[in-house]
Amino acid sequence: MNKTLERLNSGIIKENPTFVQMLGMCPTMAVTTSAINGLGMGLTTTVILILSNMMISALRKVIPDKVRIPSYIVIVASFVTIIQFLLEGFVPSLYDSLGIYIPLIVVNCIILGRAESYASKNNVWLSMFDGIGMGLGFTLGLTSIGIFREIFGNGTVFNIRIMPEKYEPVTILILAPGAFFVLACLIAVQNKIRILKAKKTGTDLAECERENGCAGCANTLCGGSIKNTFEKKEEQE
Amino acid sequence: MNLLLIAIGAALVNNVVLSQFLGLCPFIGVSKKVDTAAGMGGAVIFVITIASAVTNLIYTFILEKLDITYLQTIVFILVIAALVQFVEMFLKKKVPSLYSALGVYLPLITTNCAVLGIALINVQKSYGFLASVINGFGTAVGFTIAIVIMAGIREKIEYNDIPESFKGTPIVLVTAGLMAMAFFGFSGLIK
Repeated sequence: MNKTLERLNSGIIKENPTFVQMLGMCPTMAVTTSAINGLGMGLTTTVILILSNMMISALRKVIPDKVRIPSYIVIVASFVTIIQFLLEGFVPSLYDSLGIYIPLIVVNCIILGRAESYASKNNVWLSMFDGIGMGLGFTLGLTSIGIFREIFGNGTVFNIRIMPEKYEPVTILILAPGAFFVLACLIAVQNKIRILKAKKTGTDLAECERENGCAGCANTLCGGSIKNTFEKKEEQE
Repeated sequence: MNLLLIAIGAALVNNVVLSQFLGLCPFIGVSKKVDTAAGMGGAVIFVITIASAVTNLIYTFILEKLDITYLQTIVFILVIAALVQFVEMFLKKKVPSLYSALGVYLPLITTNCAVLGIALINVQKSYGFLASVINGFGTAVGFTIAIVIMAGIREKIEYNDIPESFKGTPIVLVTAGLMAMAFFGFSGLIK
């Protein structure tokens, strides 16, 4: 029982995909123009994450190691297709506003990241809670960024006006450039925390705190992993 | 004329990185130097154009014929992953000169969500074969323009005095935001 709670805690707070791990930033930036879109995208991803985590965990002894990534992709893509049709049928307004980003959940690195680093090594029960925790963490991140952008960019939250009538909305925040600015500030805050931590403990900032360095990290936005593969290839030449 | 509009729309007005947020990972990861950025851009143009053509053919001649269009997401992602591997092997064997120019960048493209995104957009807008290829090509050119400009700016940013917590990714994102604002200027080109 303790372990399941620990999974939830780790997904929502300790390893929050948006604020701590910085995963899945493409959908984060694209759909957080309003709180309701962020919430919808977060919950959709959560459902897919739970289902794919359970399925992959159940099949972990059957899938050969060599073809595991393609198998994961097929499993995730199947669930995405099912959820896409359910949304189209039952919540058409959300389906229209999320559009192309629903099928693109397939390439969301959170889902493959959890499959590879957790579901493929643990039992179905724990993998389910891992999916719930990570999914809710992602939903929390998307919704709060969405609320922030909607309040200042449009003066409303969940389409309910809360800013006074006189307030002149900063429209740029709900447009594409606003996404870049908000994300930049978010990472800057994270960097600040890391710098303060490094000063406190006297450790080297350049070294990432994660286990196994870049190999054990799925954060594609960090650029470090791409840079590393890139430099390795250049050395070989 | 219509095709020209599709190309301009894909490259400038709806820029894939700056307004649709696809392919952000390579955009931030490989934009440190202008020549590597240009190489990445070349590889992306190559792969996305071929992928748009192949996915369009598969969609019209297999998925639509058999009435299984609901499998498009699954089919497309597998086709694209296989295609990138195949293109890499083909270039290595048959066109070594092109391989040495693009080879390093090809494996990185598998992680590029823009490729799948464009294939799905082509279907969504029900483009024909030629329109799909033009749309893919235009989008990839847009990616190349954005990443090369970004690399040019980043080479200058190296020498600037930036607040410590904004060093690295944050300042790149701020720059991208400013570029996105500048690209709004193109939106008048197409009604």
